[in-house]
Amino acid sequence: MGIIKTDRLVFEYIRRDEEGNVEGITRAVDEVDLDVKKGEFVAILGHNGSGKSTLAKHINAILYPTEGSVWVDGMDTREEKDLWNIRQEAGMVFQNPDNQIIGQVVEEDVGFGPENMGVPTDEIWERVEESLKAVGMYQYRKFSPNKLSGGQKQRVSIAGVIAMHPKCIILDEPTAMLDPNGRREVVRAVRALNDVEGITVLLITHYMEEIIHADKVFVMDKGKVAMQGTPREIFSQVEKLKQLRLDVPQVTLLAHELKKSGVDLPAGILTVEELTQALEHAQKYRH
Amino acid sequence: MLRDITLGQYYQTDSVIHKLDPRVKLIATICFIISLFIVKSWIGYAIAAVFLAVSIKLSKVPFKYMIKGMKAIVFILLITVVFNLFLTPGEVLVSVWKIRITKEGLQTAVTMAVRLSFLIVGSSIMTLTTTPNSLTDAMEKLMKPLKVFKVPVHEVAMMMSIALRFIPILLEETDKIMKAQIARGADFESGNLIKKAKAMVPLLVPLFISAFRRANDLAMAMEARCYRGGEHRTKMKPLKYAGRDRIAYGVLAAYFAVCIVIGIYL
Repeated sequence: MGIIKTDRLVFEYIRRDEEGNVEGITRAVDEVDLDVKKGEFVAILGHNGSGKSTLAKHINAILYPTEGSVWVDGMDTREEKDLWNIRQEAGMVFQNPDNQIIGQVVEEDVGFGPENMGVPTDEIWERVEESLKAVGMYQYRKFSPNKLSGGQKQRVSIAGVIAMHPKCIILDEPTAMLDPNGRREVVRAVRALNDVEGITVLLITHYMEEIIHADKVFVMDKGKVAMQGTPREIFSQVEKLKQLRLDVPQVTLLAHELKKSGVDLPAGILTVEELTQALEHAQKYRH
Repeated sequence: MLRDITLGQYYQTDSVIHKLDPRVKLIATICFIISLFIVKSWIGYAIAAVFLAVSIKLSKVPFKYMIKGMKAIVFILLITVVFNLFLTPGEVLVSVWKIRITKEGLQTAVTMAVRLSFLIVGSSIMTLTTTPNSLTDAMEKLMKPLKVFKVPVHEVAMMMSIALRFIPILLEETDKIMKAQIARGADFESGNLIKKAKAMVPLLVPLFISAFRRANDLAMAMEARCYRGGEHRTKMKPLKYAGRDRIAYGVLAAYFAVCIVIGIYL
């Protein structure tokens, strides 16, 4: 069993009118089976309302399944006694950086998680230092979070999670509110965590560029897993992605259109380099 | 416009007062305020003034900066003085038409002015030299005995520090909403007081909604980071008394004792 596993996970929101009568039920997550292995970089894609954030909140035991189950490192999220262990092992980074920073100084915020876990003072300082260094924010440790850019704030949030020494990190659209520079900063930090520290990463996003380096991609639509596979497998199905209202990276789209109009190219091109190489190859082949 | 509120904001320098344990500063401020109300003679006020002057000098906060924060309170000070000056009955000193200034009135007006300004300057020394966070820490620690009476000490302290953290964010948000409303023709400037107050409604409603949304998000983020109240919690920066804190307590006790003696005998 992997570090995160869901088995036929169903979650329903019950909508109520003003008197509290049930108006309707929305199935936000519909029979999702997920299996993430230790050290993997997994991306979950989906447009707004596809249920990806709801799914993420299950892994941190913020929401509990209506049906089916979720295991984090072998612990069932519905077991009350494991709650704090689960939250420690599966750290979560949210979308809005302002709404998840608690401390008034960067280092205090990073120390918040370890403080809650009851880590001794000396060790808190060690953990704060190492996690701020891991995201490249150590020189800002005495700053007020209000003085940082969006990307920097989000890196502080990530450091706050790492300081709890989690086995995996779930990032719920961490770049949605950032500018392109901030996005790059955050994605770079996340990739470094996965590569260097070996932390399992579950990245939820709707930016295609961010999932190119993932080991595995799940595409969600209307609460269900619509597609899954490696980024290359996913991006080779441009038409289907368009149907799911997802944007394909420009390079992939260009390659797809070229291929449609007769240029001999392989499917699922992800980077500019790949495309130029493939085009050169195609040209050579023609002559 | 909303950013101009500087009253009692932390002023970063390196001084003895800055380095003192926040508990010492908190207790000292309370003692100082009490002492202002114990003493009734000029000698008492002189001693308080000396105590205050020494503290200001030690804090290395420029006096000008301190006074800048007081501007907002000048108005209240003025009202107190005027009311006391003209409305206290007693031996008449000056009398113009119906307005009379009495000897007692003059005396209370001056004492009130001195008391109030000392009080404000005294407490602003504390807020200028202590970060809000360490202040809440100090309160939490000092009020710990109240836990016996089921007072949620830790929760209150946590709420205060979160409120402080969100003040600048909400101010920025207010600014944003205001600009958005102005762009769509809202008018916050003209009209009388009632009209102005009414114009605030379309500003406050979205502000409150967003504040609640933020609170919801923050609560979730805190829970996700294993926050479960004050129990099992360790401190990253625990408060510890040092030698200078003991000296400060000694000085404070001496000052307070002198004030009590003066208050009783003079």
